[in-house]
Amino acid sequence: MVLSRILIWVLAALAMGLIGCQSDTEWYGKDIRGLMPDLEFELLNAEAQTVTQVDSSGKINLLFFGFTYCPDICPTTLAQLAAAIRSLPESMQQQVQVLFVSVDPERDSGERLRQYAGAFGAQFVGLTGSQDQLQALTRRYRVTYGYGERDANGDYNVSHSSAVFAFDKAGSVRLLLREDLTPAQIAADLQKISTE
Amino acid sequence: MTDSTPLMVTFFIPWEFSWLIFGCIWAAIILFVRGLRQGVEPGFGRSLAFFLGVLLMYLVTQTHFDYWSQYMFFVHRGQHLVLHHLAPFLIALSAPGTVLAAGMPKIIKRWFARQTKLRQLLTKAYRFVQQPFLASLLFVGLIAFWLTPEIHFDAMLSERLYWIMNWSMALDGLLFWWLMLADTRDRITPQLSYGVRMLLLAAIMLPQIIIGARLAFSKQVVFDVYAVCGRAWPISPLADQQLGGLITWIPAAMMSVVAALILLRRLLHSQSNPSPAN
Repeated sequence: MVLSRILIWVLAALAMGLIGCQSDTEWYGKDIRGLMPDLEFELLNAEAQTVTQVDSSGKINLLFFGFTYCPDICPTTLAQLAAAIRSLPESMQQQVQVLFVSVDPERDSGERLRQYAGAFGAQFVGLTGSQDQLQALTRRYRVTYGYGERDANGDYNVSHSSAVFAFDKAGSVRLLLREDLTPAQIAADLQKISTE
Repeated sequence: MTDSTPLMVTFFIPWEFSWLIFGCIWAAIILFVRGLRQGVEPGFGRSLAFFLGVLLMYLVTQTHFDYWSQYMFFVHRGQHLVLHHLAPFLIALSAPGTVLAAGMPKIIKRWFARQTKLRQLLTKAYRFVQQPFLASLLFVGLIAFWLTPEIHFDAMLSERLYWIMNWSMALDGLLFWWLMLADTRDRITPQLSYGVRMLLLAAIMLPQIIIGARLAFSKQVVFDVYAVCGRAWPISPLADQQLGGLITWIPAAMMSVVAALILLRRLLHSQSNPSPAN
């Protein structure tokens, strides 16, 4: 029957397409070329000056969303990135930059942001922005954040993305690094991006 | 932290506006209203079911509900419950074929009447996917396919895949419920006997119960994409997954029961007035 032959071809094409999308075996992170857009942002640095992707060009950028009051995910992830960067050859360490974007601008003002990011290493840049700027960027990378109820002390929890997005020196999107990666695995991926 | 726009207004702003959805929804409404004005009388109940089904499809895809669906697993399951089960069920129940055909502009009707080849091909393709086994396999297979962890991850990450996923669910929902609820006025859809329909409705229940219950009882987070992308508000990942599992399991399986009851009523009705039964 002609139709069943067509159906088989369609299914075969779909299967090939899916296999094609998942050819990320050689990376520890997840290859997200084609799934996500390249690096582009407009945010505020700790000095409340506007910065864009142009200010970060020429480096391997690791984009991460969080907040400085974060009890678990942020310090763990940032410490792992720091360990990964420290294990790289000295010359390469300068080529990596971590963009830590706080999605809690109300509490994460300039000085606090600078100290927090700086504590992880010279490669860590603390950024934040207005709600509009933050929403534009999180939307671009299809991630989100939200605020919990305030407790008696006025503290609140913040839900945010646990992913690190890696971009090569040209600002092209490359990898999504999940939280279960070890520093050695992250370092191996970074080295691979840099030597390409 | 909160912007000044009232919640009701923000709710109705589409999170990701789609011309295709917008166009399809309006085309469906306009065709139906035109059909009613041409004198086709489907009755109040059928009209209500049609508009409710279309409205539900719109609400879960073109409002802030879509945002929650992208960043909360259980809301996503709710979105698919509407797209794959509830809304297509209502639309198929309203059997809108005659009304929509009457509402079609004359130019298109005349053009379509001349395309014998195209009509034959479409009918053939339609009947092919509406074979009982294939239709139920597609219905359950699509649920399982998009809930495969790696595929689910990509679908929630990529805007294009996300919309392919939602369209495939809505279209397959329409196909399946149309096949289940088709009555004798429908001359194109294969007329399955009541027995076969009941059997298929029961057959699709079991895999849905297994998929849903496995998620509801799992002690591990199967879909990490919601942690990777962040949740719409802070909630325990396991609670999110359990709720999602329950939605995949109970109301989804209940739709089979509702459909079976409707068919049973039709069967009894056809036995008491035996004229047009199949």
